[in-house]
Amino acid sequence: MQDFPEFISFKCGIYIEVFVKWLLDNFMGFFDVLNEGVLMFLLKAEAFLLWLPWWCLVLLVFLLGWRFRNLRAGILYAFLLSLIGVFGLWQLTMSTLAIVLTSVVISLLLGIPVGILMSHHAKLEVVIKPILDAMQTMPSFVYLIPAIMFFGLGMVPAVFATVIYALPPVIRLTNLGIKNVPKEMVEASYSFGSSSWQTLLKVQLPQALPTIMTGINQTTMMALSMVVVASMIGAKGLGYEVLAGISRIEIARAFDAGLSIVILAVIIDRISQGIADKYKIPEQ
Amino acid sequence: MTEFRKELPISIKYRNNECKKKDNLIEWVYRMTVKIKVENLTKIFGRNPKAVLKKLKSGESKEKIFRETGNTVGVNNVSFEVSEGEFFVIMGLSGSGKSTLIRCLNLLNIPSAGQIYVDGANIVQYNKKALGEFRQKKVAMVFQHFGLFTHRTIIGNVEYGPEIRGIPKEERREIAKKNLAAVGLEGWEDKYPNELSGGMRQRVGLARAFANDPDILLMDEPFSALDPLIRRDMQLEMLDIHAKLGKTIVFITHDVNEAFKLGDRVAVMKDGAIEQIGTPEEILTNPANEYIANFVQDVDKTKVLHAGNIMIKPGALISLKDGPKVAIKEMRNNGISSVFVVDNARKLQGIVTIDDAVKALKEQQKLQDILIKDYDTTTPDTYVQDLIQVASTTKYPIAVVDEQDKLLGIIVRVSVLSALT
Ligand SMILES: Nc1ncnc2c1ncn2[C@@H]1O[C@H](COP(=O)(O)OP(=O)(O)OP(=O)(O)O)[C@@H](O)[C@H]1O
Ligand SMILES: [Mg+2]
Repeated sequence: MQDFPEFISFKCGIYIEVFVKWLLDNFMGFFDVLNEGVLMFLLKAEAFLLWLPWWCLVLLVFLLGWRFRNLRAGILYAFLLSLIGVFGLWQLTMSTLAIVLTSVVISLLLGIPVGILMSHHAKLEVVIKPILDAMQTMPSFVYLIPAIMFFGLGMVPAVFATVIYALPPVIRLTNLGIKNVPKEMVEASYSFGSSSWQTLLKVQLPQALPTIMTGINQTTMMALSMVVVASMIGAKGLGYEVLAGISRIEIARAFDAGLSIVILAVIIDRISQGIADKYKIPEQ
Repeated sequence: MTEFRKELPISIKYRNNECKKKDNLIEWVYRMTVKIKVENLTKIFGRNPKAVLKKLKSGESKEKIFRETGNTVGVNNVSFEVSEGEFFVIMGLSGSGKSTLIRCLNLLNIPSAGQIYVDGANIVQYNKKALGEFRQKKVAMVFQHFGLFTHRTIIGNVEYGPEIRGIPKEERREIAKKNLAAVGLEGWEDKYPNELSGGMRQRVGLARAFANDPDILLMDEPFSALDPLIRRDMQLEMLDIHAKLGKTIVFITHDVNEAFKLGDRVAVMKDGAIEQIGTPEEILTNPANEYIANFVQDVDKTKVLHAGNIMIKPGALISLKDGPKVAIKEMRNNGISSVFVVDNARKLQGIVTIDDAVKALKEQQKLQDILIKDYDTTTPDTYVQDLIQVASTTKYPIAVVDEQDKLLGIIVRVSVLSALT
């Protein structure tokens, strides 16, 4: 076997590192503000979830399950959620939920507009598509590094890493949903003298809604799966329990927390799927 | 078909019988103001329209341009005018550029070259705001596959135009309801498009287009996706609506029969250019070239042509003053077995047959005595279709007369039958 010739050596990681450092040096203030803002939202969300009596949430899950799927599903989800409480992991679950919630909200605030822009500008799509591909194939914990560099340890960098990881589906599916609106329908809208903005709000977004909902669902699931990874940089919650369980070989502890994550995932997935289905527009 | 026509509102009968009379039509077109005027319109799809325009000017063909540049010439140097209230039909085969052309008329396609005037204003130069206003007030479009908003209810669809114009909610509901009722869809307001049949969906499309009360209606193969029976109903309804509201309509079809049935004038397109424009009769009786002749050969001519189009000058005519002898001579000379008799003012008096004339000559009778009165007459603007019955039973040629009973021409049975093929 021959080694690759050593004189043709080039490492690009170093440039990224330099770039990140440069960002830090020049935009420290910006990151501070960002940090503050996200942290505030995060703490408020967590405080709210913890303030909420446990049965309130169980009831909410029951109602949502009932409304968007069926009665049996509602009962099942309520039971599963109570199970988490039985494990004694309620508080940790709320912390996890707060991180997921914050990440999803930020992802949507970023992702939907980007998806819309992409669907309208072919050139932008050419630029963004490969970036999204890269974001999705990159091992998720790679995002932890810039997160730590920008925000140190704690919840905010966890959110930051989660957002980067969970962003692609909602962008992709928003773009796809808008592009798949039948051409004749969009033209009908324009033929009545609608502006692009009116066409977007009155025709394209409502038509794309089911697809966007699927994107939101996927983004949420990815955010949830990132929680365990993000716990490595100090996000407390269920992920940290799993991590701690693994590192100390406490199978029971890791298993309970892991199971709780699965339960959370199933409930969120099914309910958001149900909502997405409700928005399905019947085919012509 | 004939029965159906009888039940039509007066307006359609009026249209068919009065306006379609050729002289009247010409006068009518002349009297009307020009609504749409298209000048040297060209539309090129591709990266480099400027270069392609030059090539087109130098006379290169559409195929060659496509091979060399990859650009498609959708519409090639087209000019025409549409009068106010006219039903203007554009027909042509698939890919001939019909849609491209009609979509230029509301600037869904931006022309590569040429001008389009509507009410005298050049719409090609409109800015965004003016264009928006133009689309909201002057022109509406009906689509082949309806283009309904599937996420909105039926009434939500019809309301769309007024909504964009900023009309308050209550008022636009009213407008939408009225327009839905006009196309016979009361009670369907809260359904969704997927719950309706094809014909009903296109009615919604029509109601939606009418909701803004536009002057001009652009219809791109609106009935092509419908099955034949519903299609026929919609065509008749369209004629009815046109007669009632007097909108200017630009209508696209690839079906010759539909074009000739609906159009006051018809433009035939081929490869992005207009090959001929004229009334259905003009095109049918006088096709500009081989292509058009081929195109119109399977038209049901009986629905387009009138008695006036197929009548011939009588080979022989005799006057009341003439005796049986003259009658026999005329018939012999022309090889016919009967001849019409007119008075000094060419007023039709009757018909004599050769047998009767020979007998009269022997028995010293006068022409007056052998005059047969039970011949059939018709007016020049009767559709050939309505003569078929008569032609198949009558013994004599059919006399074409005007209101004063003056003989204009005769129709022999064979010309009716040949129009059938
Ligand atoms: N947006 C477009 N981009 C590129 N080429 C186009 C575009 N729209 C139409 N064309 C081309 O322009 C030509 C005319 O098309 P057009 O749709 O006007 O035909 P048509 O007469 O309406 O046919 P049909 O009866 O099939 O609807 C075709 O060769 C078509 O491929
Ligand atoms: Mg077309």
